[in-house]
Amino acid sequence: MQIVVIGNGMVGHKFCDLFARHPRRGEFQLTVYGEECRPAYDRVHLSAYFSDRDAGKLSLATREWYAEAGITLRTGELVTELDTDKRELRTHLGNVQRYDYLVLATGSVPFVPPVPGRDKKGVFVYRTIEDLEAILGYADQLKQRPGARSVVMGGGLLGLEAAKATLDMGLPTDVVEFAPRLMPRQLDEVGAATLTSTLTELGLGVHLSKSTTAIAGNGSITHLEFSDRSTLPTDMLIISAGIRPRDELARKAGIEVGPRGGILADEYLRTSAPDVYAIGEAALYRDMIYGLVAPGYDMARVALGSIMADADGGCMPESIDLSTKLKLIGTDVASFGDCFPPAEASRSIVYHDESRGIYKRINISRDGKRLLGGMLVGDAGDYNMLHQIYKNGMPLPPQPEDLILGARGVGGQPGAGVLDLPDAAVICSCENVTKGKLCGLLEDGSAASVKELVGCTGAGTGCGGCKPILSDVVENYLKAQGKVVRNVICEHFPFTRQELRDLVQLKELRTYDEALDTLGSGHGCEVCKPALASIFATVYAETANPQAQIQDTNDRFLANIQRNGTYSVVPRIPGGEITPDKLLAIGRVAKKYDLYTKITGGQRIDLFGARLEELPPIWEELIAAGFESGHAYGKSLRTVKSCVGSTWCRYGMDESVSFAIEIEERYKGLRSPHKLKGGVSGCIRECAEARGKDFGLIAVEEGYNVYVCGNGGARPKHAELLAGPVDRATAVKYLDRFLMFYLRTAAPLVRTAKWLEGLDGGIAYLKSVVVDDALGLAEELETEMQGLVNGYACEWKEAISDPAMRQRFRPFVNTEDSEELAFVPLREQKMPKPW
Amino acid sequence: MTAYTTTSPERVTTWFRAGHTSQFPVGAGATIKYGDRQIAVFYFHRTDRWYACQNLCPHKLENVLGRGLIGEQDGIPKVACPLHKRTFSLETGENLNGECPPVAVYPVKIENDYVYVGFAD
Repeated sequence: MQIVVIGNGMVGHKFCDLFARHPRRGEFQLTVYGEECRPAYDRVHLSAYFSDRDAGKLSLATREWYAEAGITLRTGELVTELDTDKRELRTHLGNVQRYDYLVLATGSVPFVPPVPGRDKKGVFVYRTIEDLEAILGYADQLKQRPGARSVVMGGGLLGLEAAKATLDMGLPTDVVEFAPRLMPRQLDEVGAATLTSTLTELGLGVHLSKSTTAIAGNGSITHLEFSDRSTLPTDMLIISAGIRPRDELARKAGIEVGPRGGILADEYLRTSAPDVYAIGEAALYRDMIYGLVAPGYDMARVALGSIMADADGGCMPESIDLSTKLKLIGTDVASFGDCFPPAEASRSIVYHDESRGIYKRINISRDGKRLLGGMLVGDAGDYNMLHQIYKNGMPLPPQPEDLILGARGVGGQPGAGVLDLPDAAVICSCENVTKGKLCGLLEDGSAASVKELVGCTGAGTGCGGCKPILSDVVENYLKAQGKVVRNVICEHFPFTRQELRDLVQLKELRTYDEALDTLGSGHGCEVCKPALASIFATVYAETANPQAQIQDTNDRFLANIQRNGTYSVVPRIPGGEITPDKLLAIGRVAKKYDLYTKITGGQRIDLFGARLEELPPIWEELIAAGFESGHAYGKSLRTVKSCVGSTWCRYGMDESVSFAIEIEERYKGLRSPHKLKGGVSGCIRECAEARGKDFGLIAVEEGYNVYVCGNGGARPKHAELLAGPVDRATAVKYLDRFLMFYLRTAAPLVRTAKWLEGLDGGIAYLKSVVVDDALGLAEELETEMQGLVNGYACEWKEAISDPAMRQRFRPFVNTEDSEELAFVPLREQKMPKPW
Repeated sequence: MTAYTTTSPERVTTWFRAGHTSQFPVGAGATIKYGDRQIAVFYFHRTDRWYACQNLCPHKLENVLGRGLIGEQDGIPKVACPLHKRTFSLETGENLNGECPPVAVYPVKIENDYVYVGFAD
């Protein structure tokens, strides 16, 4: 028997994936046609492509996977004709394919309103990787042009996601919505207004009740015209005004379609033609098109069950769950169940905090027994629990307001209720994984972590929305079993870094041995020693010298060990500014000690190949020339990179070099859970790449925008906007608070970006702590930071001034011999002999 | 690597005087030279025990182990290589967290505040 699937999008692929795992797949042949050039990819996380430009990461399956599963995949081939009597289809290449069962998974196209000027240069839609590539290419050109901006047409889910993406690209962005409010399908007026004010504060322009009449411009777009005669200038337009099902093939073949499009499908996804099914965004089920991935996956499951005549194949439910959670620009939005139930059948409980931009509404049945639905704006932390209660029809607590306000008394732990869910509760609706299944796997030992559960069940691999509740399940299950799931330092200290730091501070412990005797057990190891060293540094501003024996090797020798056991030396060059005399001084040292010399990525100079015993004399000479340690060896502040700024640059808005130097001087020597890098750019052209740093400052007309928690490296991430525009003093104040909060709470070797990922509430929470002082900690954090700043001392100077400390740099205890090292020449310099 | 072989106290033929105890760091390691060979010597002050092993890390064959952090894992004294954090037992020399060949370990004794390392050749 031959099954043919037309369409290789997410839902079409899900059908194949389920087929490949079906016990009776051997009785069928499966052929798939996809018109895009690449095999199925993840459209839900499409915007991730903007940040990493890696199509491979979005890929759902490779050609090899299809080949191994015995499925014939024909990409780049468009099906043009369908004959349901002959059970045949024809492609644009003229190939004819016969079928016994046909599945139409043709998806949808973005709806483009019939506005004149749609064909202008700079107008895009947002659906495929090719669309994104085109947008990125165009945005790159635009960024060369001062004052370039973009507009997104459509203030729904997808539109706001697109707006976040263009904002991230550095383009000032406006959103234009036809309806009088944002996300009209998910939010009521107050919710939408709350969202609008948060987004406006973050720099997004929001224009409501706007009916676009023309896309104007001479060749390229220059502005939009609206029915109220107003206009909006822009250099790029992304249209995200909804979707239209791809039903043209079915329509031509005489298959019934809905009055406003969509292939009519029954509860088994059968169409009007025999043995032809429709699934995904092309299918019209109960008068609706479903643009979410979970219902699409459900359709794939039901259609396959029906074709295979599975006894437990099931059918589509009468009402489809449209709950959704969205991470927007600096805020979260979620809606679930019935957002707008009729007033006579329901009551609402509303929590609204205008100052923090939070709005929560839950709708409850008149008898107060069931949760009908609701919406969350600004803080969607309660979403998973509320969604589960709604979906499983669980009884409500006696005071249902606790659900959004939290239990305001004793006890009551958020997330602890997940084990109260019935076993049948579906945790991952994309992969249809129940709580019972997850707990079963944990119980029989097949899985012991979120990662292993994902591996066994595929849960969390679709839209990813269930990931937090997955980890809740694992954590609570393990807790209930009495297993400890704490991220403790090591076998010697049963504490997290934060707890350990608090205890050290509280008990005023000063040395590693004291800490081990008071708080730990055993004799320590290479993990807890540097962790404690970092704690002493962040509590007492202790340098690496007094307790050299607990420092990681680089800190112990105040230099970076290289492959042959020699060291590299990096003097501090604040902001990358250096006088010719100092440059000559570095050159003289490098020449004298025959050091391989290279400019670093952080605007400094690295001198390689120094022997252990050469370190003190090298430092002595550098210090005499006015240098100090650059802390390139430490988990500490490295550099604050700068562009040349308004002192020289014709675009500069402020003296970025001066400010970078001020900041680097302030935080030099600051030790932290991981290395720290900063940047200051003099304008939005961002030549200092400040958004690729742990903290970045970008000068704009009215002051500085403060970005935090970015990094380059293996997992690059752009820093997120914390505040701005603010003046220099405020920027420093916020940095003090932010850095100190990170120094206090992060686990060892966790950089700011990863730390933020693990922070409940994300950037919005961080903002509330740093900017709004929600924890009442601001003053304490500033004072503590000032203490560390005041406590700064150059470690190199310390080490060379004390003869006992200098002993550390003797290569051998019992002889003055120096070590034999082999070097080979390299472009007029030298390098270690290869391994 | 062939220059280094684990030596048990009863096979020691030469007790080499490596230096005064005050020349060695407390709770860390230092390196001595015995002929052409480099030996890392560690003082665990919390247990008041001394250990010695080859300075050469078997992973990448660099003379660096004496500069590594020391510690204990389930009661076994160990050193962590500063280059890639391979850890080696200072009792048996075996690699505790990987598949590296073992390092040679040597007995240490203290007499009149001097540190002696035992060799069989």
